[in-house]
Amino acid sequence: MTKKMKLAQLTDMLQDLNVEALEGVTIEGDIELDISGGGGLNPELAYAIGNEISHMSLHMANIGRILGFPAEQLLASAFGMGEMPEMDPALARPTELMSSKFDVSKIENWRNKIQEVTIGATAADGGSRKSTVTIGGENALPYYFDAEMPHKNHYTMDVFDMPIGMAKAVKGNYEDVINDPAEWAKKVVREFNADMVTVHLISTDPLIHDTSAREAANVVEDVLQAVDVPIVIGGSGNPEKDPEVLEKAAEVSEGERVLLASASLNLDYERIAKAAIDYGHVVLSWTQLEINAQKELNRKLMKQCGVPRDSIVMDPTTAALGYGLDYAYTNMERIRLAGLMGDDELTFPMSSGTTNAWGAREAWMVKSPLNQDSDWGPREYRGPIWEIITGLSLSLAGNDMFMMMHPTSVQVMKEITGTLYGSIEADEIDIQNWIGAEV
Amino acid sequence: MKINSPLEAYKYLPATNCGECGEQTCMAFAAHLIDRSLKLEDCKPILDEKFKKKYDELTGLLAPEIREVEIGVGDKIARVGGDDVLYRHKLTFFDQTAFAYDVWDTMEEADLVERVNKIQDFRKFYIGEFLQVDMIAVRSTSDDPAKFAAAVKKVAETTDLPLILCSFNPEVLKAGLEVTKDRNPLIYAANKDNWQQVADLVLKYDVPVTLFSPNDLDTLKSMAVTFAEMGTEKIILDPGTYPTGKQLKETFNNFIKIRRAGIDGDRDIAYPIMAVPLTAWMAHDDPVDASYWETVVTSVLTIRYGDIMILHSTEPYAMLPELHIRDTIYTDPRKPVAVDPAMYKVGDPTSDSPVLVTTNFALTYYTVESDLDSNKIDCFLWAIDTDGLGVEAAVAGGQLTGSMVKKAIEDSGFDMKKDTTHNTIVLPGLAARLQGDVEDETGANVLVGPADSGRIPGWMEKNWPPENK
Repeated sequence: MTKKMKLAQLTDMLQDLNVEALEGVTIEGDIELDISGGGGLNPELAYAIGNEISHMSLHMANIGRILGFPAEQLLASAFGMGEMPEMDPALARPTELMSSKFDVSKIENWRNKIQEVTIGATAADGGSRKSTVTIGGENALPYYFDAEMPHKNHYTMDVFDMPIGMAKAVKGNYEDVINDPAEWAKKVVREFNADMVTVHLISTDPLIHDTSAREAANVVEDVLQAVDVPIVIGGSGNPEKDPEVLEKAAEVSEGERVLLASASLNLDYERIAKAAIDYGHVVLSWTQLEINAQKELNRKLMKQCGVPRDSIVMDPTTAALGYGLDYAYTNMERIRLAGLMGDDELTFPMSSGTTNAWGAREAWMVKSPLNQDSDWGPREYRGPIWEIITGLSLSLAGNDMFMMMHPTSVQVMKEITGTLYGSIEADEIDIQNWIGAEV
Repeated sequence: MKINSPLEAYKYLPATNCGECGEQTCMAFAAHLIDRSLKLEDCKPILDEKFKKKYDELTGLLAPEIREVEIGVGDKIARVGGDDVLYRHKLTFFDQTAFAYDVWDTMEEADLVERVNKIQDFRKFYIGEFLQVDMIAVRSTSDDPAKFAAAVKKVAETTDLPLILCSFNPEVLKAGLEVTKDRNPLIYAANKDNWQQVADLVLKYDVPVTLFSPNDLDTLKSMAVTFAEMGTEKIILDPGTYPTGKQLKETFNNFIKIRRAGIDGDRDIAYPIMAVPLTAWMAHDDPVDASYWETVVTSVLTIRYGDIMILHSTEPYAMLPELHIRDTIYTDPRKPVAVDPAMYKVGDPTSDSPVLVTTNFALTYYTVESDLDSNKIDCFLWAIDTDGLGVEAAVAGGQLTGSMVKKAIEDSGFDMKKDTTHNTIVLPGLAARLQGDVEDETGANVLVGPADSGRIPGWMEKNWPPENK
């Protein structure tokens, strides 16, 4: 059936029905529209019909395209356009940000607090130190918003009981005191702001000078006299000699609550542990990049030797940047996370022998031994930053105290770890327009 | 990814054990999908139309929690983000932090070209390959579209490295885009004032964009949601890098918060994060201080979740530690730490060539080997089994001793008396204290080499061949 009608009639018909738009109305069958006599057509209705018809034709054109006919070209040429009109993308865009709140939860299973350990003793506690150092006590990874970090990081600087080979950049700072451990200790405290001093009794090694334990203990007494900060006492690393040397050193420093470095699985750790207990010191529990060995040694120190929990600090070994720091970093991070999540054999504060960074050739060599490398630049700047980045990465993994060597390294480490800890104020800087900054 | 066991991935695979992917079984392939060592596209059968639904579903399940965004084109393309874990030992971190170094559009052309070349040519040899930096960031300091376009064009002509176009002025960004639209540059940045115009640009040119909302994570997330709604997920988030004081502490925690939320499953914020340690130069006047502080901030934010960074200092004492800390954090902890203990030949050794001892710690071994090889020293290099420890640690821990060296000789079948004319072993300098021990155990002559293998060439000149054959 074909029904012919004029547009004016359609308008009248729809007006009678009080229809304002053609929404929902479908036009079926053959329709002849006579728009030549469109006088009196309601403009809104005309627009609506036009809209509907255009959409129908687009729909038809789409069917044409599906059948393989290039309908878009036909449409384009019909309307006199060389190419498809570019939609103005801004029309479809929101004009205001879709408001969204950022939210993140705290870590729930960090329930186990790291043990607090105090090194050094004042007169009130039977020692002669002017101040003490307390590390540990964390309930979260370092500087995280999850929980307040109770103690800042601390820095102990190395002093040796004999002149040793050092990188040039380091040596320049110590040439005047290299033969006098007591003066050396004074220098690192007064001039370089060390929180503690580590006296390394390396001359006791039978393969070096085989200095007797008694003579070595004299050096310890001299250093205790020279400075009033807490001290760390290190042996030579010789597993046969160290127990004897550390026993004697522990005896002469009775009551000072020194850190004895160190007990390890490859020497008679029971003697070190006993010396610590007898004379009131702290034991450094040293293992080599192996979390299970660390658990084993800590367990032995606690269960077999009876060292109290507040007298153990761990040294899980520090490898230099570029020379195994990835293992050292991850080993420490795993140890700290395990401690926080409840492994009581690992809830101890940690210490890093950050000085090891100076073993990296990048820290001390004049230039690269490989000619394919770009210029390494001046080593006096390369060395300290190597020590800094080695220590800094371990501070993020959970390390509490650092044994270091170069004064600039200690200064920068104090600045950055103090900043992350939250104790360093600085003028606020507006970075809104950093792109245009003159740097 | 949303699944964590091979069995869950296996359910979607064809289960034909066809072997086309190189694995014996579909289950073995599934295990590689879970540890991300193979891609789903390595399974050719699943690309067939009849598996399309399973392919699409599994692709969704395997997608990393943090979206991966591509910048640049061709060989030098930089992929950023793509992470699935908060700690590297849980799997590994993917897509190492991309380091971009800046140039600016008010530089003299010759200086600009020289700086770009310095950046793109910088290299540091490390365990068999070169560490290099990744991108150039062009800052508009002129705020002049024509000047910016000219600088960007010059940079693009000078390097294939991916580019970051930096301005808050949409007209300037547009001018830069016009001359690099085939290079897929990263647009820096949309902020709360210009985001509509920048959105128009990044959608029109189909390029990735950084959203910048300094220390305001609600606005940052709102922008990310809005851009995603507008049709792009090629988004990088910059929560601001404040260089000092309490502000820096907040920056540090912003990075942690964004990444934790993303890994925890908040898709609206699961994008790569950008740091701008260059801001250290706004806090320090002395160039050495500024370089040091920039390196320090770079290291902190490389460890804690920065996926891409804009840096300024091109001093080697900044770039070397930056490249190394990035390598440290992104090295796959699952890769073996040791080489097989054995007698290795470097170059073409004869019976007159030296026999050098080192450990089987991969880092130590490859460092020594590359020093020898690079200096064309023919020798036998003995990797002793120290449980993968370096020389110093192995000597201290008792894993490298005279008897260990003797055992290694016996195990290798190498005969010092027959296979060499000199019966001489060269120990690493860091094992000097073992000299007597090794002599007693092996009966060979023992020389002590330098503490660093980089000094072997000089040592050889003075000490080789040995005087007492």
